[in-house]
Amino acid sequence: MELRELTALELGAAIKKGEVSMAEAAQAALDRISAQAGVLNSFITVTGQQALDRAARLQAGARDAQSPLYGVPMAIKDNICTRGVKTSCASKILGDFEPLYDAAVVERLAGAGAVSLGKLNMDEFAMGSTSETSFYGPVKNPWDLERVPGGSSGGAAAAVAAGMGWYAIGSDTGGSIRQPASYCGVTGIKPTYGTVSRYGLIAYASSLDQIGPLCRDAADCAAVLDVLMGHDRRDATSLPGRYSDWSGSGPRMDYGRLLEGLTGDIRGMKIGLPEDCFGDGLDGAVRTAVLAVSDVLEGRGAEIVPLPFPVLEYAVPTYYIIAAAEASSNLSRFDGVKYGWRADGYEGLADLYRKTRTQGFGPEVKRRILLGTFVLSSGYYDAYYKKALQAKAVIKSAFDRVFRQCDMLLTPVAPTTAPRLGESLDDPLQMYLGDIYTVSVNLAGLPALSMPCGFDRRGLPIGAQLIGPHFGEGALLNTAHAFQLDTDYHRRTPKGGDPA
Amino acid sequence: MTWETVIGLETHVELATKTKIFCACTTAFGGGPNTHCCPVCTGMPGALPVLNKKVLEFAVKAGLALGCSITRYSKFDRKNYFYPDLPKAYQISQLSLPIARDGKVDIRAAAGPRTVHIHELHMEEDAGKLVHDPWLDQTRADYNRCGVPLIEIVTEPDFRSADEVVAYLGKLKETLQYLGVSDCKMQEGSLRCDVNLSVRPMGSTELGTRTEMKNLNSFKAITRAIGYEAKRQIELIEAGRRVIQETRRWDENKDATYAMRSKENAQDYRYFPEPDLPPIELPEEYLAGLRAAQPELAEAKRTRYQTDYGLPEYDCQMIASDSALARFFETLVELGTPPKQGANWIMGEVLGALAARSMEPKDMKLTPPTLARLIALVSGGSLNRNTAVKVFEAVFDADGDVDAYVKEHGLEQVNDGKVVRDACARALAANPRSVEDYRSGKEKAFGFLVGQVMRELKGRANPKTVNTALRELLEQ
Amino acid sequence: MNIDTEMVDYIAELSRLELQAGEKQAMTAELERIIAYMDVLNRLDTQGVEPMSHVFPVKNVLREDTVAASQDRDELLAGSPAGDKEAFLVPKAVE
Repeated sequence: MELRELTALELGAAIKKGEVSMAEAAQAALDRISAQAGVLNSFITVTGQQALDRAARLQAGARDAQSPLYGVPMAIKDNICTRGVKTSCASKILGDFEPLYDAAVVERLAGAGAVSLGKLNMDEFAMGSTSETSFYGPVKNPWDLERVPGGSSGGAAAAVAAGMGWYAIGSDTGGSIRQPASYCGVTGIKPTYGTVSRYGLIAYASSLDQIGPLCRDAADCAAVLDVLMGHDRRDATSLPGRYSDWSGSGPRMDYGRLLEGLTGDIRGMKIGLPEDCFGDGLDGAVRTAVLAVSDVLEGRGAEIVPLPFPVLEYAVPTYYIIAAAEASSNLSRFDGVKYGWRADGYEGLADLYRKTRTQGFGPEVKRRILLGTFVLSSGYYDAYYKKALQAKAVIKSAFDRVFRQCDMLLTPVAPTTAPRLGESLDDPLQMYLGDIYTVSVNLAGLPALSMPCGFDRRGLPIGAQLIGPHFGEGALLNTAHAFQLDTDYHRRTPKGGDPA
Repeated sequence: MTWETVIGLETHVELATKTKIFCACTTAFGGGPNTHCCPVCTGMPGALPVLNKKVLEFAVKAGLALGCSITRYSKFDRKNYFYPDLPKAYQISQLSLPIARDGKVDIRAAAGPRTVHIHELHMEEDAGKLVHDPWLDQTRADYNRCGVPLIEIVTEPDFRSADEVVAYLGKLKETLQYLGVSDCKMQEGSLRCDVNLSVRPMGSTELGTRTEMKNLNSFKAITRAIGYEAKRQIELIEAGRRVIQETRRWDENKDATYAMRSKENAQDYRYFPEPDLPPIELPEEYLAGLRAAQPELAEAKRTRYQTDYGLPEYDCQMIASDSALARFFETLVELGTPPKQGANWIMGEVLGALAARSMEPKDMKLTPPTLARLIALVSGGSLNRNTAVKVFEAVFDADGDVDAYVKEHGLEQVNDGKVVRDACARALAANPRSVEDYRSGKEKAFGFLVGQVMRELKGRANPKTVNTALRELLEQ
Repeated sequence: MNIDTEMVDYIAELSRLELQAGEKQAMTAELERIIAYMDVLNRLDTQGVEPMSHVFPVKNVLREDTVAASQDRDELLAGSPAGDKEAFLVPKAVE
């Protein structure tokens, strides 16, 4: 059996049956990491020995494990706190920071028998769409080593695509799970805001950040989300399960039932096709591949509903104002006093702050801090920040309107396939505009997934995005599952990074 | 020209909750540096705040008692600035929708009754403590106080003198203590005051340029700082110069205010809504419940003590000014102590003993049943008052069984006429000079003889019985 | 909206960031472009729209006032780039 070919659920089943030992699985992943991680640069920290020790410790419980992912090796983005294991956010300023506690999701994963292989490379503080802004160097796309894997969860997407672990935990503030999933040909989902605890996620933009999985397919995503989701009292924005506290008749989330809901039956499902998402600026191959998804879904009995979505052009400016504003505040705590890295040769307190922050942050982080400081500063708050909060309300009601006409939206994830390394950094605004299809989802707190739906002529993966209403994860995953029953894009593996 | 001083106050009050505003660390005073800290209050990456239920309740109670309208939909904002006492580099506070607004407080100042208007009351977190270490020439940051819950109460510029400010703060302290929302100990920093002050020609309705004075931690400091700063501003203006809007620090030792570095004055706090904390929406039932649970406050007690018990105004004022003292008094009365006697003991012995020990009534160990018993023993004639005072001193610090103490030390009042008469007779026989003096009209000698008898009976004799017996014997 | 180097100096100081002369020019130009693009929002009519800071109507999330153990101090201070056994150390910040 070629372990790499298995999905996380298939591996979990094999472990449960005793066909594969947890140590074998962990060792197989570690072998791939040592063969490829140097090329792809997808990991910042590999905790190989800890993984093998844990696999040995957990093996005895494999037969009786409840979790379908028990013993399956995986990895975690480096902005999620792991007690005693370096968590750097790919930034120099955090140095060798070792958190004092595990993030809520890390606790939940541990409870489900996950075996962590280490911490994944990313854009510094999750700011970027290419995973090139890391202090630890850029991550490379396993489908083409000259190209970026997307970002900010680029290490996560590259690792899953290249078989360095069976799933990865990423975070998504404006597309940071979906866009790298799309560039690397894996399936990733950003769940409804508040359904996965942010406790222990090092904040970029608190009102938009959400943790989610990157996996081989939709079924794996459902299984991992079943582990990650749940109410957490430590996160005041976390939503209680079976949420029924507002409007009485509002939507509800029944945590832990996603996997069992995957029937592949999508008959009668209304899938909206927002015309504004297929206009100018969209690469032809991407358009063709995403539209082809609608044919497959129609073939399974779904109904395609073209509709307008006129607020699309406001999404990027609204997102960047809000995200930068929150980031400027969230990143102020990194000052070289309590933890992390401190600059040398400072004279006095103000100079300590300035030197540490100036030398500790990379250019993209500084750009967003400055932008965020500007939009909140006296005299500009109303024109930018307040205006963006109003635009957010407008975008949210636009989604409310479309979800009265359909059950979910089908759109591209990104306007193009993966660009070349170095191409995007020269023009930050152009890079921001590349987030056009993903950021509005975070503004409205919606769930959305990215699934492989084809390849361009260079052999680069193309992703399709499904966006649902709040708590619509079940329908999104089931639709993606239906699509994957009829296609095999998600089953293809890159050879990038493999020894020649 | 005559000048008018215009003052507004910003008072920070530490709430008497067990835990911090956004985490479960204790708020206990003291403790080694950085021992009451966790990832949340030290701003560790990834940690998130969750609001303490009691903080909200206390803030609303305070708002109601200060006559404010409670904001039904309220939220938190971040106030951003870099300083080593603020580990997140932002303070979670309330700017746009504070929990309470538009209140008023009636005070009695030297010039008569006045009303002070409350602009707003909001919840926020305290910052840490910085101590400079001269040996290392470095500043040590202690985050124990980070996240201790505060309410900030901002008044309109309604004060015209230091005595009004002190009267207001006294009233505020009294009210908050009554509510149990704060112990308001200025020396421990649980009530801190910033004073905004400007001067203007008497009769003018425009406000002058104001300065803000920080670091005022006693009524004395507030009074002196106001006096100093008003004089400084008047002198500046009279010398043809102008007042600069700035923050000034009161230096207790030098009795003067100093401008703080102007850089710290230029601030742009970039407030924005705290994304980690959902808003607060208070249902009417919640407010109704807190309104109903509001205790009787000092002013109502004063009136009641005067009308129901006929206590002198001064006694009412004193006893009601402290909630613990008032509770003590009311328990005494419930235990059957005649109100006047209870009040006399409180005004005399209790307050005296507290003052001698610089103690707050709430920290007093003596319990009302003990004092009630003591008073009963005196009025029942089994203890004379002087002995009772000695017993009081003996039990004050640790409370105790009054009857057992009296018995153990043989302090019961000697009411037996024969014993007293015999003692009197012995005193007369032993002091013939004094007997002669008395008979020749020197009343002073009588007092001396009483003293001799009391001494022989170890002070336990009923003074009335002694007096009567002595007179009888001397007149024979 | 015009962004000049003076404005960049001001927001850099508020952010405790230092920009070298060349870097400052480039950053000014980039921010200028980005902020000019943000002005797209001026085309959106938001009259009477309530600014939305929280997307879910969740409210009154509160915790009980119950004490839990604090962090061990040695652990708390272990990651500090400059601290002793009791406190975090910074250059002189108080008189």
